Amino acid sequence: MSIQTFMQHMVNGISLGSLYALLAIGYTMVYGILRLINFAHGDIFMIGTYIAFYGMTAFLLPWWAAFILALVLTAAFGIALERLAYRPLRRSPRISIMISAIGASFLIENLAIVLFGGRPKAFPIAPVFAKIFKFGGVSVVSIQLIIPVVTLIFLAILVYIVNHTKTGMAMRAVSKDYEAARLMGIDVDIIITFTFGMGSLLAAVGGVLWVLKYPQLTPLMGMMPGLKCFIAAVVGGIGSIKGAVVGGFILGLGEIMIVALLPSLTGFRDAFAFVLLIVILLVKPSGLMGKTTTEKV
Amino acid sequence: MKRKLALFLALIMVFSVFAFGCAKTEETPEEVAAEEEETDVVKIGVFEPMTGANAAGGELEIEGLKLANKLYPEVLGKKVELVIVDNKSDKVEAATAVRRLVDKEKVSIVLGSWGSSFSMAAGPVVKEAQVAAIGTSCTNPLVTLGNEFYFRVCFIDSFQGVVMARYAYEEAGVKKIAILQEISNDYSVALAKFFTDEMVRLTGDEDAIISVSSYNTGDQDFTAQLTNIKNSDAEAIFAPGNFIESALIMKQAKELGMDLPLLGADTWETPEVIDIAKEAAEGAVFSTFFDSEVPLTEETTTFLEAYRAEYGADAEPAAVTALAYDAYLVALDAMERAGTTTDTVAIRDAVAATSMFPGAAGIISLDENGDAVKSAIIKVIEDGKFKYKATVEPF
Repeated sequence: MSIQTFMQHMVNGISLGSLYALLAIGYTMVYGILRLINFAHGDIFMIGTYIAFYGMTAFLLPWWAAFILALVLTAAFGIALERLAYRPLRRSPRISIMISAIGASFLIENLAIVLFGGRPKAFPIAPVFAKIFKFGGVSVVSIQLIIPVVTLIFLAILVYIVNHTKTGMAMRAVSKDYEAARLMGIDVDIIITFTFGMGSLLAAVGGVLWVLKYPQLTPLMGMMPGLKCFIAAVVGGIGSIKGAVVGGFILGLGEIMIVALLPSLTGFRDAFAFVLLIVILLVKPSGLMGKTTTEKV
Repeated sequence: MKRKLALFLALIMVFSVFAFGCAKTEETPEEVAAEEEETDVVKIGVFEPMTGANAAGGELEIEGLKLANKLYPEVLGKKVELVIVDNKSDKVEAATAVRRLVDKEKVSIVLGSWGSSFSMAAGPVVKEAQVAAIGTSCTNPLVTLGNEFYFRVCFIDSFQGVVMARYAYEEAGVKKIAILQEISNDYSVALAKFFTDEMVRLTGDEDAIISVSSYNTGDQDFTAQLTNIKNSDAEAIFAPGNFIESALIMKQAKELGMDLPLLGADTWETPEVIDIAKEAAEGAVFSTFFDSEVPLTEETTTFLEAYRAEYGADAEPAAVTALAYDAYLVALDAMERAGTTTDTVAIRDAVAATSMFPGAAGIISLDENGDAVKSAIIKVIEDGKFKYKATVEPF
């Protein structure tokens, strides 16, 4: 393989990996606070892309306004979902809330089919995201440069919030033990609402970047990315924000490299993700950057 | 309290099973026959992808079926009713959907589907139920092979693959080609195989196919496969597959700075391809069934006028819309010739005998496998439109 080809594969892998990373952060945040795997995360991502799409096509907003609208409304959607589907079950066994999440996921998908129709829609792309640059033999589209930058910015913001603000301190407290946190005067409900809002906002950012790269929308588009990002979060160590980013990059680069280095296995790249998940669960169940926790009895 | 409720529910369930079972056994065959005689409605079952990856294809075909039903609402003095079910772009769902049509809806004939995989999944069901099925745009040879109850109004992949290989070799002058196939789609894999065989035969070069790479239905990132092709000495890419993935392939090939000619097959004639790929779709060449610029029969004109009356003066029907329209017409024609709307085996025999039937997408004669033998049309995407390029006669 020439160095050029290798560089091209790296560029492709990094841009795919950072998309996975961005979505995995949302997963990991919600899990970190609530110990809940939010199966509807992929569907929140899908809702975000449709809001941006209709903002641009039906309400004729400029792209940046449509994107901001998508972020705000998707965050609101995530918060509403938590109120309706998860909060009433907070004192029930953990399995109930998980089943509720799966149910919510199916409900949102089918609702989207009814509302938006099953036919795929083409996402309009502003020219600024579609510029093609050539560095030697390596071509890079502007969106491929934007994605990793946005991911790193959001990573920095989140790490700052969690480690250096009062809200972040409250989040960490709630994640340790929310009964004790409540006794210390923390409003647990507000912290959880904030977490869901942030998680959903990240899903919307990921969604918008995703359709700028792969410009088609379907009601079931969130399923596969949702699953992949869940795997990325587990590989990195679910609950750890930096772990999610590392997991996302490993998954994205791994997928591209398996096609690049073993061309005969091109049909099996999804299998790679699952094999990676199984290996991690066997070797280091807490993930690469996760902490082993002992259950209190 | 809860236990009582559970007991109550369980009892209801048990009784409902009995009620169901009894209702079925009470009807003697004569009564069933009498019931069917009484109704003056003929049910035609349709199973198409209305949701999922192939929803656009299904929607285009349903347009054609509804149009045909509007123009020809009656057969043998009875009203024709379309019973449309969604196969959700899924093989298992397709079998279930057809099972529902033949068992519960008691349809006289089944039409569909877009997508060979779904038709192949439905094949054993119609065979077992002895109800004829007419495929609309399922082009894989295995759909009708060994199934005397499955027919189709389109040509098959062994023809289409050869047409594209000949185009590549004779018209485009390509000698080395890379294949990018949708591995989980029977249609795509078969086309790739027939294309390969013909290409090897034409060039006399065992290595005419430089590489075969694959992707899965629903994949969105093809940059790795395309990067490999870019750095090989392929002169063109043959990428038969579902239109959504194909549109993304076109876009990503362009973004990687590739200018190899892209060749494909009939699924590409879907407006979404141009919507999604935009200028990256320019120059893509594919084989298809129908073109509105070249009327093939008188029925073509009737179809076009009706279509434009329904969808606007400059609306362009897709090839699969015309094919679905034809499948409906063939079904009605068969019932008329059989003189029955209830004897599904007699209807099957009449369908099998279809010969020189003038449809909107050409003259339909079914061969011994139940496949239509008709000409293929080659189109190219130019200025954001599908343009007619050539007609290839069957050989």
